[in-house]
Amino acid sequence: MRALDTANLRGAQYADVRVVNHREESLSVKDGIVENLSSSETEGVGIRVLVNGAWGFASSRDLTNAEISRITAQALEIAHASGLVSGEKVDLGPKVTSQGTYQTPVQIDPFNVSMEDKLALLMHADVELSKVQGVRTRQSHATMLKEHKYFASTEGAFTEQTLIETGGGIQATAVGGNEIQIRSYPNAFARQQVTGGWEAMLSWDLPGNAQRIASEAVELLTADPCPSNITTSLILGGSQLALQVHESCGHPTELDRVYGSEAAYAGTSFLTTEKLDTFKYGSPVVNLTADSVRPLGLGTFGWDDEGVPAQSSPLVKDGLFVGYLMSRESASKLGRKSNACMRASGWNRIPIIRMVNVSLEPGSWKFDDLIADTDDGIYMESNRSWSIDDKRYNFQFGTEIGYEIKNGKMGRMLRNCTYMGITPEFWNSCDAVCNADHWVMWGTPNCGKGQPGQVAHTGHGTAPARFRNVKVGVLK
Amino acid sequence: MIEEKVAREVCESILLRCKGNPAEVTLQYNDAELTRFANNIIHQNVAERDADVTLRYFIGKQIGTASTNRTDTAGLDELVKRAKANAHASPADPNYPGLPEPVACQHVTAWDTNTADYSPKSRARAVGMVCQMAEGKSLNASGAFSTGSIVLAVANTRGVFTYHAQTAADFQTVVMSEDSSGRSQESAWKVNELNVEALGKEAIETAVQGHNPRKIDPGEYTVVLQHYVTEDLINSLNFYGMGAQALEEGRSWMNERLGMKVMSSNVSIWDDGLDPNGTPLPFDFEGVPKQRVDIVQQGVVMGPVYDRYSGAKMGKSSTGHATPINFRGFGPLALNLFVSPGDATVPEMIASTKKGLYINRFWYTRLVHPRDCVMTGMTRDGVFMIEEGELAYPVKNLRFTMPYVQALANVEAVGKATHILVGEFVGISVRVPALKVQGFNFTGSTV
Repeated sequence: MRALDTANLRGAQYADVRVVNHREESLSVKDGIVENLSSSETEGVGIRVLVNGAWGFASSRDLTNAEISRITAQALEIAHASGLVSGEKVDLGPKVTSQGTYQTPVQIDPFNVSMEDKLALLMHADVELSKVQGVRTRQSHATMLKEHKYFASTEGAFTEQTLIETGGGIQATAVGGNEIQIRSYPNAFARQQVTGGWEAMLSWDLPGNAQRIASEAVELLTADPCPSNITTSLILGGSQLALQVHESCGHPTELDRVYGSEAAYAGTSFLTTEKLDTFKYGSPVVNLTADSVRPLGLGTFGWDDEGVPAQSSPLVKDGLFVGYLMSRESASKLGRKSNACMRASGWNRIPIIRMVNVSLEPGSWKFDDLIADTDDGIYMESNRSWSIDDKRYNFQFGTEIGYEIKNGKMGRMLRNCTYMGITPEFWNSCDAVCNADHWVMWGTPNCGKGQPGQVAHTGHGTAPARFRNVKVGVLK
Repeated sequence: MIEEKVAREVCESILLRCKGNPAEVTLQYNDAELTRFANNIIHQNVAERDADVTLRYFIGKQIGTASTNRTDTAGLDELVKRAKANAHASPADPNYPGLPEPVACQHVTAWDTNTADYSPKSRARAVGMVCQMAEGKSLNASGAFSTGSIVLAVANTRGVFTYHAQTAADFQTVVMSEDSSGRSQESAWKVNELNVEALGKEAIETAVQGHNPRKIDPGEYTVVLQHYVTEDLINSLNFYGMGAQALEEGRSWMNERLGMKVMSSNVSIWDDGLDPNGTPLPFDFEGVPKQRVDIVQQGVVMGPVYDRYSGAKMGKSSTGHATPINFRGFGPLALNLFVSPGDATVPEMIASTKKGLYINRFWYTRLVHPRDCVMTGMTRDGVFMIEEGELAYPVKNLRFTMPYVQALANVEAVGKATHILVGEFVGISVRVPALKVQGFNFTGSTV
């Protein structure tokens, strides 16, 4: 409050402050040896001020009164400097006066589970991975984090939140001849992550899935390659589809990209504002939602980092593009209200527009029926590489594993699978989405954006879906 | 600046708390400021003061790690308590080679007080100049201008204490019109070595020339690659194979190729943390002095860089390339890379090209397959068709899928001028020239 008072007194028309304590535990086992067993803690304070319509921000790890006075003055000085090269005055829209507390619901607080017990789970998974001949490198990981943060603003908002995440997974790498093949579980890069407790880690049953994925990695070495440069029907498994949603739905709907704020770094977006409520983004079975309320989602919280309450809003409804991910400032410019998408990766970063949980709503298909309904195609699962252009049009993805589909049946395994497309063409070619029984909230804890860089944790609920006439097999 | 004496006192106070147990402290302080602009105005403008204290605590070969940004008494007590508990919980690592002994470490100057003290107003004036120039051409400038300083110290209970203070500055801008864009960037440890005006003009010129781009068919083209593209080639080869761990695990492009000539004779790549023409850092994150390592010499693969762990596993000594502890999973990495200059200018490379593409920058490049370091990505911020030795017309962005080892095997000419670029990831610094490469494979184009 001292920082807000000082900012007010020295002419800021708006200021907010966040005090954040962040704890993290990380464990990694590689080939039966503990590669990393660590715990970290950071804390600090960040103050954001608006002076004459221009922004300034300063932050420090030091929470003493003297240091808070120093960074408040520094934020004001920076805001004055911003004013030297400024445009239209910032309008934040309606006041935000949120009050309250929020805590991620957990059954087992992961920080109350001993390191020995956590390690025992990873070691058990490692032993199971080691039972398959031909695996070159075995890895298992667990990550737990707890963030305690206060937010206060000169508009009277004051919130306190404790957010808890648990993540982990396993990976097997097989090497033979000129081939290097990887299989991961439950998610690509051996890292599924959710808001929740240790119960999530237990539910994934890493040891019970270890031999399967290790065998798949070895089998991939001699599997047939993905057919080269053909056009076919593509069924994407849930975790791969989650990244597809992240890259080709989540990012282009970020309103700061549309307004050019990220032009120099993350890029812009093809979803310009004249397309709102008129552009056919996908087929009628495509429904996309941004929410910060669904259980397990990495974008689930009580309030965003502008104090706006968690909520749910449509991005694409029956294929029509109807909404953006917005901040107070960008929403005001568009004539709408923020849908709580301003998130900072820590006390030392400003909030910027980030994905919350951007999900593809479930359709009506059972997975087996979808395969049975496909005469000729490929099923791909678990991401291996991803690349998309700066407007979020042209993408190319690679997956760890694929299976040929012939006459309604899954057939031979395929290695080095890739597919490419143009975002709206791809989503308009979607003709089937699996039902809620197959719908899983996936975590993407590595979304980079902003300068200085910020890594956000985002959620993506998906069920497998089918896309027609997709180009596959682009390796070189 | 945190003086050496203060850093030493903090390190010693932590090691004392370990009560005779082997331990290693890595201490970093950073002061960073960044002015960000878009639509020809400053829209984000930030400052940060932080620290990181990482302690590795050893009970025999059991290792526990903890880190904090608190350097007060309670914070350091808690740090030692957590690292010790983690060591107790961890089984012994039979491959752990032990802590390094003290070795004399060369001092390298990389501190510039003007850079450390550079003000928000000074950055704003420079940004304002570029925005005005862009506006004058009806273009839209965005980008970032950062200045700051880092102090790094590493100490252990065997007597190692190393200290390095460094400043850093970086200016980058993307200038756009409705249908074109251009980008420029330069990094330096002295802010006055950045010619912001020239960088602005470079990006503006590319954007002006890029109007009305034409769509062309993908396929194989001879390419003239600006040094921004060379940075991507070298960084990708670094991530996916210049470290000994990748080689040991069989996933490096170097595997089965040591001593073999797999790149063009005019390609030499080395790492040198002591060269002031780069972004010098004289020791690694284990306190081991950095050695110059030849990675590729005249096209021949010489070998990877090592940290103590990978070196011990492979019967080699550390070359001083341990990464920060939270990046240790990647294994050792080259952090101060150089590519040898050639004798051509970019205009000469264009003039010698009958038909090809001039490319300013790659974007969103990702590994498709580790063998040969096959990468995919997009062109961005300036692509032009070259016909009969001249830039003929701008073209729309293309997707490529290309083995980077093959790309460096196909190098026909190397640029005379080299430029420093510092990336975000662990602050890897590369000093690179432009390249002319034959047979570059484009697999798609964008709308």
